[in-house]
Amino acid sequence: MITRKVRKWEKLPGKNTFCCDGRVMMARQKGVFYLTLFLIVGTCSLFFAFECPYLAVHLSPAIPVFAALLFLFVIAMLLRTSFSDPGVLPRALPEEATFIEMEIEAANGNVPTGQRPPPRIRNVQINNQIVKLKYCYTCKIFRPPRASHCSICDNCVDRFDHHCPWVGNCVGKRNYRFFYMFTLSLSLLTIYIFTFDIIHVVMRKYPVSHLSNQKEQTCRRIVLVCFFTLWSVVGLTGFHTYLISLNQTTNEDIKGSWSGKNRVQNPYSHKNIIKNCCEVLCGPVYPSVLDRRGLMQEDSSVSATSAAPSSFSSSNPVSQTTKTTAPLIPNEHTPDDAKPSIAASAETSAPPKDEVPPAPKVPPLASPETDAEASIVKDKAH
Amino acid sequence: MHSVQHHGQQPRRPDLPHCCQPLSPFHNLQELRHSASLANKVFIQRDYSEGTTCRFQTKFPSELESRIERTLFEDTVKTLNNYYAEAEKIGGQSYLEGCLACSTAYLIFLCMETRYEKVLKKIAKYIQEQNEKIYAPRGLLITDPIERGMRVIEISIYEDRGSSDSSSGSSSSS
Repeated sequence: MITRKVRKWEKLPGKNTFCCDGRVMMARQKGVFYLTLFLIVGTCSLFFAFECPYLAVHLSPAIPVFAALLFLFVIAMLLRTSFSDPGVLPRALPEEATFIEMEIEAANGNVPTGQRPPPRIRNVQINNQIVKLKYCYTCKIFRPPRASHCSICDNCVDRFDHHCPWVGNCVGKRNYRFFYMFTLSLSLLTIYIFTFDIIHVVMRKYPVSHLSNQKEQTCRRIVLVCFFTLWSVVGLTGFHTYLISLNQTTNEDIKGSWSGKNRVQNPYSHKNIIKNCCEVLCGPVYPSVLDRRGLMQEDSSVSATSAAPSSFSSSNPVSQTTKTTAPLIPNEHTPDDAKPSIAASAETSAPPKDEVPPAPKVPPLASPETDAEASIVKDKAH
Repeated sequence: MHSVQHHGQQPRRPDLPHCCQPLSPFHNLQELRHSASLANKVFIQRDYSEGTTCRFQTKFPSELESRIERTLFEDTVKTLNNYYAEAEKIGGQSYLEGCLACSTAYLIFLCMETRYEKVLKKIAKYIQEQNEKIYAPRGLLITDPIERGMRVIEISIYEDRGSSDSSSGSSSSS
């Protein structure tokens, strides 16, 4: 029997794609991300090729050097935002889902037949504000505060901001600061290139030597791209600066959660702009709770619930049997089929037996990238 | 240090260090897995009353009432909460770390471990220690919350395979 080592990312539910053997995690649609990359790299290459020689000679050699550093920073931030785990919350394993179901049943009491059961909501009080936690039927958990389910990636993401197609990933707790740094540095880079474009064109207008037609057209094209990018990117940076100063997410802003109606205020804000900025930008770097590169044990006689030191590459055998039975629920409102019998789950003894698990194996939802894509990504990955 | 044997019938385990010799005929970590069967699981939920920082409820679940003393359980959860608070503390050190990382385009994390990761290692060690000393002898096992997405502390309750249905702990309500 061929035992290929299967890593956990291959069995993760959700609509993400993984590259580099689980190190890179992105959304499925990556077309716009490639466009972003092309625009940034293309414009900067033109700038370096056509304008920097002139500027370095006639103004200062520091100009292209600083532009290069800024360009590298922008690319680093973009790749970091695109490739990292935004803060995905793993779905509940069957025992946990059953436990929550039991609690809900107990709280609801007896619902007369024919009547719809009450919506699954938990109320928590945070800083003297009642916050409602909604139940996610796909992930079978009560979403933590500020978490939201992204329908494009089919994951619950902690501190969900928005799904950004330009970056090809969700923006959440773990990569929000990288996203903000990306938009900020891209704004600076665009303004920088725009300024020196204008200077270059103006200097060329009063030339000593004759300017070639082709070079002038290239300069004009750069100015045009920069002009449009400027308004959109600088605007976006400004918007996110505003959100950060209030410690809000785009999701909350769009829904108007803390708009002040009914005296509802943001319970997460420190009421101090500096404190809010520091918390979002200089807070701790949260680790990923998705163990993407851990090994799945296909056949093991080791006990399932391992309390051994949880190194992130250690395998968790119970996840193998449970992940294959955690279905993708097509219809969100199917609470009835979410209750495996309690006796059955209690009898699932700790050491899984050597037999094949009863549920059919779900084919890997996250297909490994084709060789071409993987090699491009490997070049860019750091 | 000599091996601690409270019961004559329990053989000395040569593969375990002195401090981890089985204290009872039933339970050390390895014995638990081989001779006991999983009866039930209890999930300690998150406590969001102080915001989104990681905290777990210290409410004592009824399934553990006959298994472990309330104070021991509360101590464990409170210590875990303190560890997580230390990891997520926003102060001088976290600002320094953030600014330094930003100035190097976050490449410094390729060689340096973040403070959160350091605390997570401490937590893993603490949980293993608690399991060996306190929980396994009582037929319980704590799973590190990071393996459950930091959503719950999962406590597995084991029953001796040889014994008949015991009264508490394996109560399966329908």
